Amino acid sequence: MTGYLSFFSDQAALLVRLTVGHILLSVVAVVISIVIAVPLGAWIGHLHRGSFLVVNAGNVLRSLPTLAIVAIVIALFGFGYVNITVALVILAFPLVLTNTFTAVEGVDPGTVEAARGMGMTGWQILTRVELPSSIPLMMSGIRTSWVYVVATAYLATFAGATGTLGDVIANISGYGLTGVLAAATVSIVLAFLGDALLGLVERGLTPTGLALAQRAPATT
Amino acid sequence: MSETTTERPAADIVFDHVTKRYPGQETPALDDLSMTVPAGETCCLVGPSGGGKTTAMKLVNRLIDFESGDITIGGNSIRAVDVTTLRRDIGYVIQQVGLFPHMTIAGNIAVIPGLLGWSKDRIRKRTDELLDLVRLDRSFGTRYPAQLSGGQQQRVGLARALAVDPPVMLMDEPFGALDPITRTEIQDEFLNLESEISKTVIFVTHDIDEAIKMGDKIAVLRQGGVLAQYGTADELLAHPADDYVADFVGADRGLKRLSLRRMREVVNGSAAAPDDAPAVDADASLRIGLSTLFASGASAVRVTDGGRVLGAVTLDQLQSAVTRSTS
Repeated sequence: MTGYLSFFSDQAALLVRLTVGHILLSVVAVVISIVIAVPLGAWIGHLHRGSFLVVNAGNVLRSLPTLAIVAIVIALFGFGYVNITVALVILAFPLVLTNTFTAVEGVDPGTVEAARGMGMTGWQILTRVELPSSIPLMMSGIRTSWVYVVATAYLATFAGATGTLGDVIANISGYGLTGVLAAATVSIVLAFLGDALLGLVERGLTPTGLALAQRAPATT
Repeated sequence: MSETTTERPAADIVFDHVTKRYPGQETPALDDLSMTVPAGETCCLVGPSGGGKTTAMKLVNRLIDFESGDITIGGNSIRAVDVTTLRRDIGYVIQQVGLFPHMTIAGNIAVIPGLLGWSKDRIRKRTDELLDLVRLDRSFGTRYPAQLSGGQQQRVGLARALAVDPPVMLMDEPFGALDPITRTEIQDEFLNLESEISKTVIFVTHDIDEAIKMGDKIAVLRQGGVLAQYGTADELLAHPADDYVADFVGADRGLKRLSLRRMREVVNGSAAAPDDAPAVDADASLRIGLSTLFASGASAVRVTDGGRVLGAVTLDQLQSAVTRSTS
């Protein structure tokens, strides 16, 4: 126990450096996933087409062991930072995609029909009606993907990218069990802190009217 | 779009041999529909599910496209203009209301004016005007749809549809989801509102009583999208074109016709009512008069207008008011 606690003070500089690297890698992977998955999911959800394909392709991607992806990506991009980034994007992307898609597709059909009938264009319906209504579900996809990515980013060390908590977690012979536990603890804390932070972002982004509607469903 | 928001004249809507067939279906949804809704009138489309009433309505703002025939609004084919422009000039009210949950009431009403680039001042003025028109307090402007009752939401739906004062309105069972009391109230208010603003309205309902109440004209559709009869409520009730229409308007159509006329129209000014005659307001329907007569057991009712007695109405007069034009 003392070894576990003292690891934090003894290796503080190392832990801070690796934590920053871990955060950077995770943020990059999640941001790339958002940039690809949100527009794609929103568009497919808006068209109400291809749900079968999206859901199933998403499930297949999610079921792939990330370590296997790392191995496959070696063949394409070799070792290094790109490799682990690609692998983490493949992990996070389906989570953001399916949630965005489900959210946009699930916007009340009456609301969308009213918008169309009033003379809003497809783009206006998507950006002014569907996306604002989709924020809570989209954000929960992003939050989940953050947790998964942070918990998986240690694989960087197997992809030949150093500078993440994986350097310690995967090196039990170098740092001992106490080191591995300490690094894992940091990783867990990162996952929860990020999730909480994103929860605040979610609250900030969710339009007031929508929050009210979720709290007290309209009586119609 | 002109700068004024009021007094845009209504336009007639003409269906000219319109046929709509959904892919993969044998019978058309709408079969060679031809009819004219005169400017400023309300036409109720009634019929069974599968009769094509909603289809007919959605053709007008091109939510559904059709293959043959044409529809014109104020003489212009709806296919001659860009679909977005067309829809912004047509008020659209649906049963689900479809308010945007993330926008305030004022925000909802201001959507189309905003897209058309109206100034903030003009939008605010128009929003207040519309809230007054649908009898909602102006303070509702800052609330959200989730904070409103169903009836209040549909009032906002109406206000939103009227935002740019469109000459034409399409209403798809707009009051169908409301409880009976709210429904009657909002129906009456809409009738009032219609007398203030001139709109050509296509109003879809499955409820013949609502059609009789709301429609200047009623179009009865039957399975396969065939127009069975088109006329005023009185015409339909007095002379149903066939058994189908007679059945649709109901076996009690004689009583329903009584609802269409007021005591004022049949009162006999020279006849004095007997002493025991109950009083009925001159603006009450003949149906109310008949009911009053039956309930009291008197031989006639006294028709009053404010404090003034206009005269008496007997059972025979009520009967002849219905049978005269029928025979």
